Parts: sequence; structure tokens; C-alpha cells
Amino acid sequence: MRPRILILLAGLAAVLLARNLYVILLQLPDHPRQGPLYRIILFHVPAAWIAFLGFFAALVASILYLAKRNLRYDAFAVSVTEVGLAFAAANLVTGMIWGNSIWGTPWTWDARLTTTLVGCLLYAGYLMLRHAVEDPTERAKNSAVLSIIAFADVPIIFFSIELWRGQHPKLEVWRGEIVAPGYREMLFLNWAPLLLLAAVFVAVRMRQEVQQRELEALRRRVHAL
Amino acid sequence: MRFLRQSLTIAAKDLRSEWRTKEALNSSVAFALVILLLFSFAFEPTEEQTRQIAGGLLWLAFAFAGALILNRSFARELPNDCLDALIAAPLTGAALFLGKLLANFVLLAAVELISLPVFGIFYDVNWTRQLGPLLEVMALGTWGMTVVGTLFSALTVNLRLRELMLPMLVYPVMLPALLAAVQLTSPLVMGQPLAGDLMVWLRLLVAFDVIFTALALALVETVLVR
Repeated sequence: MRPRILILLAGLAAVLLARNLYVILLQLPDHPRQGPLYRIILFHVPAAWIAFLGFFAALVASILYLAKRNLRYDAFAVSVTEVGLAFAAANLVTGMIWGNSIWGTPWTWDARLTTTLVGCLLYAGYLMLRHAVEDPTERAKNSAVLSIIAFADVPIIFFSIELWRGQHPKLEVWRGEIVAPGYREMLFLNWAPLLLLAAVFVAVRMRQEVQQRELEALRRRVHAL
Repeated sequence: MRFLRQSLTIAAKDLRSEWRTKEALNSSVAFALVILLLFSFAFEPTEEQTRQIAGGLLWLAFAFAGALILNRSFARELPNDCLDALIAAPLTGAALFLGKLLANFVLLAAVELISLPVFGIFYDVNWTRQLGPLLEVMALGTWGMTVVGTLFSALTVNLRLRELMLPMLVYPVMLPALLAAVQLTSPLVMGQPLAGDLMVWLRLLVAFDVIFTALALALVETVLVR
């Protein structure tokens, strides 16, 4: 995508997010029991959705890479993984801020928290693996395999830890039970610009990845001469 | 049939060469003992409380010691380009993988069977009361650990930071198997029977083994050959 379009889209996301912040901070009522802090859920939950979407996109791109052997899929996989990891980190941090007040502790070893942490470590391992491999096709192949394994493992990890212990509040959105009015709509209204922002990040990151490969190819040609 | 015979040939080759040098086995057993020694400083070894976390101590020792064996599994084929020869040999990547897997399983099981009595002595635990189920759980847990570890051993064999990358990748992935094995081992070591709530952990362990064996056999051709 052209840089100008990307800047335009990022600007649109920024305007929407600023508008959302105004509504969230000044117009939405406090949560009856949890008070003003409840607003953080409007970033916590969309961040989790985006992270999950990113890892799922990485899985699809990895499978496509192994099937088609086109390095563009690999560039896409690493871009969505990195952005997904950033949003997963945002999810963890906002959750810890919330938990610190509501639970009285920033961290509990409950299923969702532990699974998110383990998932982050797995995908951090994915990025580390990429740095350790020099050859682009070897790197793409091995990291695609790892991405598939990681995605297959996360549900099993979640199940095993939930079996072990559980405490995380269940998401009430789908049952329409979110307590304060306006929050349910805002969850999706805030998700949209954040998703747009994530898409812009992915596009920028993918350009870098493609250019990096071109640069490496040029460097190899210079060495060959 | 041919597939199995090829795998067994690879496994026998690996075990034979390991038996002649014993380099992975010796270092792994020694490492497991060192870890058990270190744990005795972290937790009061003779207290009742420590016995309740016996499964965790044991499996962490197995997991750390196992990484040494798994690291060597494919790396031992690098000198003299043996790995290329194995890949060029007329057998599928899955057969090669299964052979390596079986050899690693035997080696890791040997390390565990040596360190288990030592653990019993150090921590004053009479672990033989539920010997059958305990061995069963150890076999299932070790299989899960070896499947994941052998696949990642193949994945990381050409890396500069191989020895570092393998544990970093393997431990999070095998977490469900490790958790289930720990949950099952602690009560078994204490002499409680394998029943009731524990069965769900056994099912999880079996499911993990089945899923990852299938996944590894499906993906290993890609990892090794293309």
C-alpha cells in the first residue's frame, strides 16, 4: 500500500480514538460497583480480540506459506505476529492495572492470564527463532511450522490451566449483561479504530520486511560481484 | 511395516552410538542429580510439604535433564554431514523422526529411572507404593516431552543459538503435558491410587501425546526435507 494511504488510515484511527476517549472518559457513567476504573475494559477486551485475530492470521499465513512457498505470506505472518504480540502485551498490562484495584493483586495464576502469558512467550520464541536463522526460506519454513504448533497448543494450555484453577471474570458481552449502559456498544466502537490501527501497523511492518529482503538480496549480489 | 522397521533401524543406530560414547546420558543423569541436590536447598527436603510438591520437583528435573538429550538428538548428526546423508537416505522424514523419537524416549526414560530412586532416598519418599500407575504416567509424560522436544530439535538443528533456543521453545509448548504429569505424579508418589479427579489429568496427558505425535509426524517432513 502507498505510504499516503497508510498515513490517511492512521489519521482516521487517531481521530476515531480521540472521539472515543472523549466519550469514554467524559460521557460514559461509572460502573455501579467497580467505579471509574471499569473503563479500562474498553481497551483490555478489544486488545485481546485483536491479538487473537493477529495470531489466527499468522496461522493462516503460515499454512499458506507452506502450501505456496511465497515469501510474501511469510512477511505477512511475521508482521501480524509482532502486532498481535504488542496488543497481547497491552491486554496483559491493562488487565494487571484493573486487577491491582479490583482483585487486590496485579497477577493471579488463573487460566486466561497464564495462557496469555504462555502464548506471549511462545510467539516471542517465534520472533527469536526468526532472528537466529539466516537463510530467508529456511527461516520462513521453520517459523511457519512453529506458528502452527503454537496456535494448536494455546487451546490445550488454556484447557489444562483452567482444569488447574480459575478466577478470571467471564465475558458478559455476548449475553448482554454488561452492567453500565453504553459500554457494550463502546466495546465494539473502540475495537474498530484499534483494529484499523493494527492493520496500519501490519502494513508498515510488512513493507519493512519486504524491503529488508530486497536489501539482503542486493547485498548478496554485491558480495557475489 | 517397512516404516516401522526403518524407524527401529534409526533408533537402534542412535542408541548404539549413544551407548558407545554415553556422552548425552552421562551428562543428563549428572545434571538431573545436580538439580535434585539444588532443590533440597530451595525446599526443606524431609518436610511433609515438600513431599506434596514431589511431582513438580521430579518433572522439573526431568525436563531440564531432558533438554540435554534432546539438544544432542539431531545435533549429533551435524559433523561429517550425517544429517544430509540421513535425509537423502531412502526413508521418509516421518520414519527418521520416529526413530529419533524412540531413541530419545529410551534415553530419557533411563535418566528418569536412575534419578527416581535417588530422589526417593534424598527426599525420604517411599515412591514404590503405586509403582505401576507411576511408571505409566512417567511413560506418557516422557512421550509428550520427547515428541515436542524431538520436533524442536529438528527445527533448531541449524541454528547458531541452538542450545538456547530449544528450551525456550520446548518448555512453553509442553506445558500442558508437564502440568498433567506433575498433577498425577505427586499423589502417586505419596501412595494415593490413580482414581477420581486424577483421571481427567490422565486423559489430558493422553490427548496431548496423541495430538502432538500426529502434528509432529505431519510437519516433520516439511521441517527436515523441504
